[in-house]
Amino acid sequence: MNFDSELKKGNLIVSECINCKKITWPPSEFCNQCLKRTSWRKCSNQGKIIEFSKQNDTCFGIIEFEKSFRIMGTIVEGVPDINKTVEVLDCGISDNDYYLKMKVVE
Amino acid sequence: MTRVAIAGFGITKFSKEDVKIESVLMNATRDLFSNTPNLTQKDIDGVLVSSNSNSKYLSAILSEIVGIQPSIAHSVESLCNSGTNSIVSAYSYISSGLADVILVSGAERYDSPGQVLEWDKLRGEFKHPIFWASLFSKSYKRKYRITDEALALVSVKNHKQAVNNPYALSQKEFSIEDVLTSKKLTEDLRLLDCSRPCTGGASILLVSENYCKNFTDSPIWISGLGQKTTSASFTKNLTFDNMESTKIAATKAYEMSNHKSKDIDVIELHDAFSVCEPMALESLGMVDQGKGTEMVKEAYQTGNAKINPRGGLIGSGHPLGATGIAQTIEIVQQLQLEAGKRQVDNPKVGLVHNMSAAATSSTVLVLES
Repeated sequence: MNFDSELKKGNLIVSECINCKKITWPPSEFCNQCLKRTSWRKCSNQGKIIEFSKQNDTCFGIIEFEKSFRIMGTIVEGVPDINKTVEVLDCGISDNDYYLKMKVVE
Repeated sequence: MTRVAIAGFGITKFSKEDVKIESVLMNATRDLFSNTPNLTQKDIDGVLVSSNSNSKYLSAILSEIVGIQPSIAHSVESLCNSGTNSIVSAYSYISSGLADVILVSGAERYDSPGQVLEWDKLRGEFKHPIFWASLFSKSYKRKYRITDEALALVSVKNHKQAVNNPYALSQKEFSIEDVLTSKKLTEDLRLLDCSRPCTGGASILLVSENYCKNFTDSPIWISGLGQKTTSASFTKNLTFDNMESTKIAATKAYEMSNHKSKDIDVIELHDAFSVCEPMALESLGMVDQGKGTEMVKEAYQTGNAKINPRGGLIGSGHPLGATGIAQTIEIVQQLQLEAGKRQVDNPKVGLVHNMSAAATSSTVLVLES
């Protein structure tokens, strides 16, 4: 099990240190604080919009999960704004790139 | 610890030409030799090459092409601030006493692989720099209520200044309207807000205090250096409306040089995109947060070219590995009062700001005559 293999199945997971419980991001088998091993766990499927913009009709943005780590993805439903909550609709790997599709939770 | 001076430089025209990376390095270095008549190959202790090219062993190759057998030879790669990072490395060799004369040469091709950071998968499909620049622009405009027109003026100013730089990629002036109606890349970025990748090379000669008189009567001293890398991944920036790594690097460089931001007479800063110029001015402490575009406007309206006199990255083009060295050459020429039509009024202290990957890393140099 690793981040990429789970993401390919549509599961967003995080690496949490078995020792100090910190989340390491980008995902890693080792903690970037205490350098001990991490374990994988499911990530909350809700995040917060930190920033966003638009290219043609595609809204992209930075989403923060669990008040901890951030990833870029597309907001495919709803009207985005800073600090609004989004929910992950779909995630995976396409053409070697991570993708994350979200909708705004009104 | 010896003082370190810049005693020579060479540069190529920045272009979209399909030239081998080895040839670009050679051409910039041939120009350096031609500008530094007393320099011979045997004088050079070290050759450092700054590039994001996939070609390997470039410092040995450059040395071979131009007939140098250096003690120290290696490449330095750090995406867009490779150039100033290689200058910091050369400085360290000289100030530690390991070398007296180091040639630093930076080069890039228009199709450099350094334009996309494969590691940063957290950007998802939005890997191209225009996406982080769009988010910086959006964030900066919202926080300080800055208009697209105010940011467009950065591009107008820097293209105008580049007209006086014979090595610049752009030789054309644009109006604010031209910028605002240029191709829309995203909701927050137009084509003319962007610097363009290009082919170009720049070489510089760093020497110890004892040796500098052999090569120049007007040495320019490196009196301050500061570097900071906060992360590799863009989304790990704490905020998107200022440059944390730049603030830290600048603080170190000012402290080392015993100067403050108010002492800086001329500055080359990393305007990869128009929003980067006001953000950098603020993070370098030149102006209060949110007031960077006002400083740009005042400089433009008064015809003061002290910010990016060679046209910055937007006007000159951005051959990644050569950029930091070309910026440094401009400040050297300014401090030597040899910048021709670009000359600002009698500068004594200059600053170079060079950064990488959405300001996740910054290098700041303070130079003086």
